Amino acid sequence: MSSELISEYEVIHAKPKAFYETYERKDELQHQTHYCPGCGHGTIHKMLAQAMDEFGIKDRTILISPVGCSVFAYYYFDVGNVQAAHGRASAVATAVKRSRPESIVISYQGDGDLAAIGSAEILHAANRGEPIAVIFVNNAIYSMTGGQFAPTTLIGQKSTTTPSGRSAIHEGYPLHVSELLATLEAPMYIERVGLGDNRQIAQASRAIRRAVENQVRGLGFSFIEVLSPCPTIWRLSPVESQRWVREVMEKTYPLGVFRDRTKDAQPRPTPQEPPALDAIPQIIGVADADVTEHSAIRHEPVTDVDLHVRVAGFGGQGVLLLGEVLAEAGLDAGLEVSWLPSYGPEMRSGTSNCHVRLSREPIDSPLVTAPNVLVAMNEPSLKKFDKSVQAGGWVIYNGDAFPPECVRKDVHVLALPFTQIADALGDARAANMVMLGALLEIAGALPQTSVDAALARLVKNPRFFELDERALARGRELYRESVREVCHAG
Amino acid sequence: MNAEKRDRGLLRVDGNECKGCGLCVEACPPKVIAMSERLNHYGYRTATYAGAGCTGCGICFMVCPEPGAITVLRAMAQRSAAGSGVTMGTEGAMPCASN
Ligand SMILES: Cc1ncc(C[n+]2csc(CCOP(=O)(O)OP(=O)(O)O)c2C)c(N)n1
Ligand code: SF4
Ligand code: SF4
Ligand code: SF4
Repeated sequence: MSSELISEYEVIHAKPKAFYETYERKDELQHQTHYCPGCGHGTIHKMLAQAMDEFGIKDRTILISPVGCSVFAYYYFDVGNVQAAHGRASAVATAVKRSRPESIVISYQGDGDLAAIGSAEILHAANRGEPIAVIFVNNAIYSMTGGQFAPTTLIGQKSTTTPSGRSAIHEGYPLHVSELLATLEAPMYIERVGLGDNRQIAQASRAIRRAVENQVRGLGFSFIEVLSPCPTIWRLSPVESQRWVREVMEKTYPLGVFRDRTKDAQPRPTPQEPPALDAIPQIIGVADADVTEHSAIRHEPVTDVDLHVRVAGFGGQGVLLLGEVLAEAGLDAGLEVSWLPSYGPEMRSGTSNCHVRLSREPIDSPLVTAPNVLVAMNEPSLKKFDKSVQAGGWVIYNGDAFPPECVRKDVHVLALPFTQIADALGDARAANMVMLGALLEIAGALPQTSVDAALARLVKNPRFFELDERALARGRELYRESVREVCHAG
Repeated sequence: MNAEKRDRGLLRVDGNECKGCGLCVEACPPKVIAMSERLNHYGYRTATYAGAGCTGCGICFMVCPEPGAITVLRAMAQRSAAGSGVTMGTEGAMPCASN
């Protein structure tokens, strides 16, 4: 051929614009991907990038990359990128799409990522029909970690964890994710393609383009499974790997379209706008109008408060309710609060206790390991938690005979037969509220209006509400009396 | 200059990006790609265009796992060239294909 032969040529296939010019992951080799020679991920990346170019969506695409060999996809695609925790890509894609409905969201996942640890996420994303495209790269193995078997590994296929080949008895059968998702109502498009030869590759490229197009048209959940070579872990040459896809893998995973509802599909309706933030209290029934008969919600909290309360007793003594009323009242007064119930596995007659925090500062942990107020509704609970009370703290004990072995010089004690006192008020079960009344009086932190509002929210029965109000008042009174006695005695 | 005889297509391989997997060699219908004898800077034998016979079908581009290893060009309609076309001697593509 003579060098004078000059012809004019135009570029028809070149590196898609959706890729970065160079890849800055490493200082060296910035023009190469990290994939092994002949790896299907590279081919699939290119198909995806071409589709992005074709639809001109580079600037509004968000790619979710997985954990697996394609973990670094964000180094290659010049689009918005989020790298998700292992298996979570389709859940992350859901969140991204819902918060940015105008974006094209593509979840890119391997078979370990999607079909093993992420099987729940993909199932539910598909079942909700999330308007995302999912590219599922099935190479029948965990590649990144060195070749452990995946749910998609073929029967008889060897892996580091199935050294004598996958057996259905031990590891179950290869998971047919496309077929599985096609049993669901919501998905719009599901197709399995392969990279086994030129014809398959051309079809794979069309399918990926289709999934992207569905997003551009706003249609709905589109899922493309790609049977993809992994020459390194399969220990085959790239060309042999291609053959393995078409001659072996394809037998287990037949190619084809499993769902196509795109023909007459209308764009998926945009989801309902979430309610405005300030409408939420009304929706969940805690708006001013619902609770403010007594509420002090707009009042500044009265004093500095930092309560670490542990309430303990038998199940049925109202331990949890005591804590709840305290926490709700704190909430009403504008404090930071937490309430954490804690009980054993027994359904009846076990002990139960709860942790309550009230503070003006944000609460770091809801656990109360060193209470400054212990409410012990019986002796075993006192014995269990007495030692944990902070020096200078308070023990409110249900019983007038305080066990001598629990006496500590560095804590205050209010020990009274609260059950009998409550019984005298009309119902022994109100002992918890008498004790809470004493606690409130000791803490001196909460306005009575907040306590009333909390009680009204939690105790709907008017008879008990009235009883509890009296019990609370009696508790406050008992504490004040006890202080007077101490003064007189002293 | 013999316009009838010029190839419809032209292949360029970026010798720094090609990892020598050989998939394009296998895929090319008229079999006009071969692997180089020499290794490139990174130790790979790279794909090399035979220098003639490319139809511009683009199949090698599609199968190649590397984003920019392969560029395929197609002959523009005779003399109607304007805009995006590039002018080059076919020999000029050779060093590119085998560096
Ligand atoms: C929570 C968690 N569990 C396990 C791992 C280890 N791990 C990394 S990649 C991987 C499997 C990847 O396989 P696949 O999704 O098929 O991707 P491939 O590498 O084959 O492309 C596992 C188990 C991890 N990174 N995080
Ligand atoms: S190990 Fe397999 S999947 Fe991972 S990059 Fe290499 S060929 Fe690709
Ligand atoms: S474009 Fe087609 S004919 Fe030309 S080198 Fe590539 S595969 Fe071969
Ligand atoms: S040009 Fe691409 S397909 Fe051909 S050998 Fe190189 S990396 Fe493989």
